[in-house]
Amino acid sequence: MRDDLNYIAQLVNRDARVLDLGCGEGDLLAWLQHNKNVNGYGLDVDPDNINICLRKGVSVIEQDLDAGLDNFPDNSFDMVVMTETLQSVKAPDHLVREMLRIAEECIITFPNFGHWQCRAHLLVHGRMPVSGHLPHAWYDTPNIHLCTLRDFERLCADLGVHIIQRRVLGTGRTQSFLTDRFPNLLGSVAFYRLGRAAA
Amino acid sequence: MDFPADSVGLVQPQVFSQDEPFTLQCGITLPTYQLSYETYGELNATASNAVLICHALSGHHHAAGYHSAEETKPGWWDACIGPGKAIDTNKFFVVSVNNLGGCHGSTGPRSRDPETGKLYGPKFPNVVVEDWVRSQAQLADRLGIERFAAIIGGSLGGMQALQWSIDFPERVHAAVVIASAAKLSAQNIAFNEIARQAITSDPEFLAGRYFEEARNPDRGLALARMIGHVTYLSDDGMREKFGRELKSGDIATAAGVEFQVESYLNYQGRAFSQRFDANTYVLMTKALDYFDPARAYNDNLVAALSRAQASFMVMSFTTDWRFSVERSKEIVDALVAAGKRVSSAVIDSDHGHDSFLLPLDRYVQVCGGYMDRVYEEFTCATI
Repeated sequence: MRDDLNYIAQLVNRDARVLDLGCGEGDLLAWLQHNKNVNGYGLDVDPDNINICLRKGVSVIEQDLDAGLDNFPDNSFDMVVMTETLQSVKAPDHLVREMLRIAEECIITFPNFGHWQCRAHLLVHGRMPVSGHLPHAWYDTPNIHLCTLRDFERLCADLGVHIIQRRVLGTGRTQSFLTDRFPNLLGSVAFYRLGRAAA
Repeated sequence: MDFPADSVGLVQPQVFSQDEPFTLQCGITLPTYQLSYETYGELNATASNAVLICHALSGHHHAAGYHSAEETKPGWWDACIGPGKAIDTNKFFVVSVNNLGGCHGSTGPRSRDPETGKLYGPKFPNVVVEDWVRSQAQLADRLGIERFAAIIGGSLGGMQALQWSIDFPERVHAAVVIASAAKLSAQNIAFNEIARQAITSDPEFLAGRYFEEARNPDRGLALARMIGHVTYLSDDGMREKFGRELKSGDIATAAGVEFQVESYLNYQGRAFSQRFDANTYVLMTKALDYFDPARAYNDNLVAALSRAQASFMVMSFTTDWRFSVERSKEIVDALVAAGKRVSSAVIDSDHGHDSFLLPLDRYVQVCGGYMDRVYEEFTCATI
């Protein structure tokens, strides 16, 4: 399992109810089901991903995140997870609010557009960054809402969302004292554990 | 005569006879009853590879293969049942039943009431989905099947799969509910009522005793089928299939004009009236209308489904307006709220409600993927 998923897996309690938005091939949920007896559901719209989940025995529901999550009642889950999907939804702000309506805690990961390589690419070439991590051209990218760590933290502040924990991984998905010291510059993937603001 | 390699080939209908009284939900007791059924594949030693196929409104037990070398069309779900197919008969033992009240060999309006010696006709009691499920369970007992690996059905068949998961939670490992609903909408009941009116208002119907006079409400049945058929297709699907093509005549002179779609519907209606019993049609549409498992639980579907122990697979089709994607979503949401294992797929299709009978690529892949998992998870684990 991917390192970042592994890290998320450690944060989920045994027997929890988990909703995974944009669950992809269902690796996280499959692991959680087997190792933590989690009652998990993944949402995805990609037919291939859905078939892979079915063959793994992962509960996968075909649902478009942009169509909303109205069908999930308040507090119906213990944890809502969304890995590297935030940047491709139409209304990330609304979705973050929805995630914290459905569960008290959520985990969100996304690629950091403030990473020095993105900045350097724009500075040197004067063109939108294209990299291994963000491989699409500007006109056909599914990543329509890229942001930096600072942008995201500003959104959390605006929404009154409590950041319980932040973890930033550098190139090669590793954590070091440098990524801790300069997260918005050296971090390529950001990981946030969010909760509702104390009343 | 060679059958296709991925066909179950020549199949023989069988009869299950229950000689003990069977009390229906309406309170009336059938002294005995029979069910026509077919099986495909072999039951394994632990009886853990059994799959039950539940049929829809006008379906029957002949779901796959051929009854004779001369038969040109295989069973109604041959697209998905056979060696190497989505419901793989090399792995599974598939049981397909004609429901009680049917007109394809199972006890129904065309059968003789053993107490009076007369044909039941319109006197055949109202049956509901719960009755079907309970009679299917008695057949399973006879076949030595304690727990089905999967119970699968489309439309009215999906309702039976749902009901099974509620009434016999310990006997269903997986329930596959396709193009179905937890209850019919008012619009859906309305279409059924129009179909029933078409039949019962045919002068040949004779209050359901047409068979005694050797007559048949052909026109009423045909009309009922035509109405149904239109609702099973989509606007786009009909446009693509028929457009405004003429079968005959000339619009310019308005002479002998018949559109392709008219000709098609008339043909379908006529064919149906020859093979289906009018009393059965009335009875089956009522079973559809009355289906509402939540009713016994204060209209709370989540409470009804919380009894279930099965894993669920719920499928719907984008252009199906008779059993829309929304109806399937209601089932999925209730199952999630009840904490059940459930997966869902919304299949892109132009073919409306009829899609569930067609060999659509993605649909077949989803069924196959899910059934492979069922086999590994349940059958292999118990061998």
